[in-house]
Amino acid sequence: MPDKPDRNAIEVVNVSKIFGSGDGQVAALDTVSVSIRENEFFTLLGPSGCGKTTLLRLIAGFDFPTAGEILLYGQDIALLPPFKRPVNTVFQSYALFPHMTVADNIGFGLEMLGKPKAEIKARVAEMLKLVKMEALAGRRTSQISGGQQQRVALARALAPQPKVLLLDEPLSALDYKLRKEMQIELKRLQHETGITFIFVTHDQEEALTMSDRIAVMSSGKILQVGSPRDIYDRPAERFVADFIGESNFLKADVVGVSGGRATVKLSSGTEIPASLPDGFSPSGKVTIVVRPEHAQLGGASPSASLSGTVENIVYLGTDTHFHLRLAGGEPFIVRRQNSRGAGDGIVQGGQIGIMIGSDAAQVLKD
Amino acid sequence: MATAEEVAKAAERRDVRDRWLLSAPALLVIFLAATGPLLIVLIYSFLTPGPYGDVKWQFSPDAWLSVFMERDIFDDTLSLAAAHVTIFWRSIKLAVVTTIATLTLGFPTAYFMATRSEKTRDLWLFLITIPFWTNLLIRTFAVLQIIRNEGIINTILIKLGIVSTPVQILYTDTAILIGMAYVYLPLMVLPIYASMEKLDFRLVEAGYDLYATRFKVLRKIIFPLVKPGVIAGSILVFIPALGAYVTPSVLGGGKNMMLSNLIELQFGQGRNWPLGSALSITVMIIVMVALLAYVRNAGKSGVRHG
Repeated sequence: MPDKPDRNAIEVVNVSKIFGSGDGQVAALDTVSVSIRENEFFTLLGPSGCGKTTLLRLIAGFDFPTAGEILLYGQDIALLPPFKRPVNTVFQSYALFPHMTVADNIGFGLEMLGKPKAEIKARVAEMLKLVKMEALAGRRTSQISGGQQQRVALARALAPQPKVLLLDEPLSALDYKLRKEMQIELKRLQHETGITFIFVTHDQEEALTMSDRIAVMSSGKILQVGSPRDIYDRPAERFVADFIGESNFLKADVVGVSGGRATVKLSSGTEIPASLPDGFSPSGKVTIVVRPEHAQLGGASPSASLSGTVENIVYLGTDTHFHLRLAGGEPFIVRRQNSRGAGDGIVQGGQIGIMIGSDAAQVLKD
Repeated sequence: MATAEEVAKAAERRDVRDRWLLSAPALLVIFLAATGPLLIVLIYSFLTPGPYGDVKWQFSPDAWLSVFMERDIFDDTLSLAAAHVTIFWRSIKLAVVTTIATLTLGFPTAYFMATRSEKTRDLWLFLITIPFWTNLLIRTFAVLQIIRNEGIINTILIKLGIVSTPVQILYTDTAILIGMAYVYLPLMVLPIYASMEKLDFRLVEAGYDLYATRFKVLRKIIFPLVKPGVIAGSILVFIPALGAYVTPSVLGGGKNMMLSNLIELQFGQGRNWPLGSALSITVMIIVMVALLAYVRNAGKSGVRHG
């Protein structure tokens, strides 16, 4: 990942959004703060109803925050109407104007900005080329496929050269293969245009592949902000670990803490090192998380951290999932990459040791 | 032995016969209710008026001539029937103004209704349709009560000291316009509302997002997309407004004759059924020409629907 300048494109400061009034009040966002850097591909990730779309709509100007500030390059835009913000949106449903051609759709923003005709024409041609839609410029938007509509929506939002581009689950309506293609395409567009992208999705894979940084949201709060690797390898909370990828959760007791790392004692009595979330200093009982591919199987050797019974072996081609049951009754999954050749003698019902490496375990905040 | 071809032909004949039989009731209703009466009117317009109304079965183009011409009683020369032209012009003008007035009032009303929550929408729809439950004559007299010299408007104006003597509204073209706009407003609101309700308001958001101001969004996005409703509403208002009888009679006081009054006159005191028939058909032709022009124009102006 190239170094990003440290300038913030968007700063969200203590923003709350409450819908309804009286007993029907719903806090869609609860004192959320986050900074989005210039030129960054930033993703808001979370399940439906977590407030990610609300946050996007506040930045776009379709809704206004109940409290807090939204700064665009230092200027508070929280209460500006959408047509006064140099921010454009790619809608989930694309929202292309059905009474206009592809080219007219792309040129709409520039036309509204009062740009000269010649400039609009040139820019539209440039955008059509960027999204590879030159051949369909004169088509009505109802006469093109979903993937093509997606490209037009992108071109339309990029044409006025916004300072920030907002994308509201733009790939959710596409089929799997097209979605994969568009993920790469979006990354390319972001790179070529140098515009800050804020991308909303509930698809963890999409978030991990495309983003420079991800904010994981749940129930109107941002739980963790970090690079995809940070979020995956060092989840701070159980929700984050659970929502992104597969996880093994284990109960443990903190034995000692030093320099951002802890030593925890597992139920089996083994002590292992575990990393800590930033600025978190636990004591007593905690939950630790171990990703299935970060644990190894190791016969029944005494050096193993844990031991369990093999309940199920699922062969998946590239790798195999071993579903284990620990001595204490908890489930544990180990994923191992397959190599060509015969099996390794692990059989269903057998006892097996599990080794957790020195950097495989992570203590969770809750 | 019948060949396959003959069998197929017989089956097809049977098929055609069955189709006619099955559609006969519908065709009968259409003939009795629409085509038949129209045909009678058309035939009557080419006959000679009888002395006590009715017609004499004798061909005469006089009725059609006197729609726009009048024969001088002394030297039999033809000249333009100024009175008829004035009445036609006044009626058309009033119908057009009524259509514009209802559109101006009805469009925001429909927009307001369509942007309410789903539950309250039904309530507004209900309120809009309530006037339909009341007799037209009663509604017209209600308007009369409001605008007459001793009515609500004038009372308030005098009490507030804005005017010293009542403003004469009743028995003017303004009175007819107020009455017609009130009576026909729901006919404009409902079709526009039906279009507006189907409007995807995310398109409106997209418009705002792309730097369109509120007015631009209205002109460039909302209006083109609800245009079918606007066209339907305009047609629904223009046609009855052109032929309106009750409202102009009551609120106009019969001072300024409208097309409907003129036609009524021919079948009543005028005892000239052929002229009445010819006038009726002329109105139909005007409506048809006006609508064709309107629809064609509205369909052209920059909007291409897919």
